[in-house]
Amino acid sequence: MIKGMIGRKLGMTQMFDDRGVVHPVTVVETGPCVVTQVKTEEHDGYDAVQLGFGVSKRLNKPEQGHRRASGFMSKALREVKADSAAEFQVGQVIKADTFSAGELVDIVGTSKGRGFQGGVKRHGFHGGPKTHGQSDRLRAPGSIGSSATPGRVFKGMKMAGHMGHERVTVQNLEVMRVDVERNLLLIKGSVPGPNNGELLIKRAVKGNR
Amino acid sequence: MVAQLIRSVESEQFKSDLPLFDAGDNVRVSVKVVEGTRERIQVFEGVVIRRRGGGVNENFTVRRIASHAVGVERTFLIHSPRIDKIEVVRHGKVRRARLYYLRGLTGRAARIKERQRKPGQHIR
Repeated sequence: MIKGMIGRKLGMTQMFDDRGVVHPVTVVETGPCVVTQVKTEEHDGYDAVQLGFGVSKRLNKPEQGHRRASGFMSKALREVKADSAAEFQVGQVIKADTFSAGELVDIVGTSKGRGFQGGVKRHGFHGGPKTHGQSDRLRAPGSIGSSATPGRVFKGMKMAGHMGHERVTVQNLEVMRVDVERNLLLIKGSVPGPNNGELLIKRAVKGNR
Repeated sequence: MVAQLIRSVESEQFKSDLPLFDAGDNVRVSVKVVEGTRERIQVFEGVVIRRRGGGVNENFTVRRIASHAVGVERTFLIHSPRIDKIEVVRHGKVRRARLYYLRGLTGRAARIKERQRKPGQHIR
């Protein structure tokens, strides 16, 4: 049993459950993934499986060489933990039935890039007053430190800067439906990143009991 | 390709037995209501004042004049399994798609003329 798969976000829609309640869902294409490398306790010190997803035409010789044994020139490679990696072989194809409806998953993705953003958008600063004689203070960050002591701005001070395009994990999202035929997962709620963005779907670390 | 996949996921939830209706029509909507453990059917009848959205999100709003001349509007998702049945009582003749103007009118002014169907002609 492996604990995750690579996927691609297709977009959002909504679905009805048995009681007729509407839920927002994200449609995620998971797999088919191919096993590209098997890591075992004896050989590597831990059990894991490296999976490949998608097809790439732009791979250099070493990258092609690593994928050759699996039979697919995969675009993305990710390693996921396995209970016992020995039961997998390189080249084995893994489908969406790894997951089942009702299960909770954690999803890792790269958030949408927002470019250079100010403190109000990036950190939720409140900005300054709009009236009472203010000028140029509406979205200002306010004070960023003291005076002669310490005489400098502390490291890590929240300020304007690049926002988004970073690794984001969302925990405990419910799998609403699994479509094994088309390798689709319907996951309740939203998922980081743009449509067509690459995702890593893992069995929830905390939620499943 | 991707849009098609999402549409096909949605279309699995569509109802096939929907009547043709649009803004201006009088409809009778049978809604399933759960009371404790029992389920019963409640009927809501009135004028459709709008029909909007697409895919699984397609919905419509029905306006009805309740007791004491209070207007009550309810919005339903067309493909919801909670909706047991939609019946068209009367096709209305209207010149716009959103009948919000009905909210400001009462009594005789809020009437909508019936649309006559020519023999053999299918409505819409």
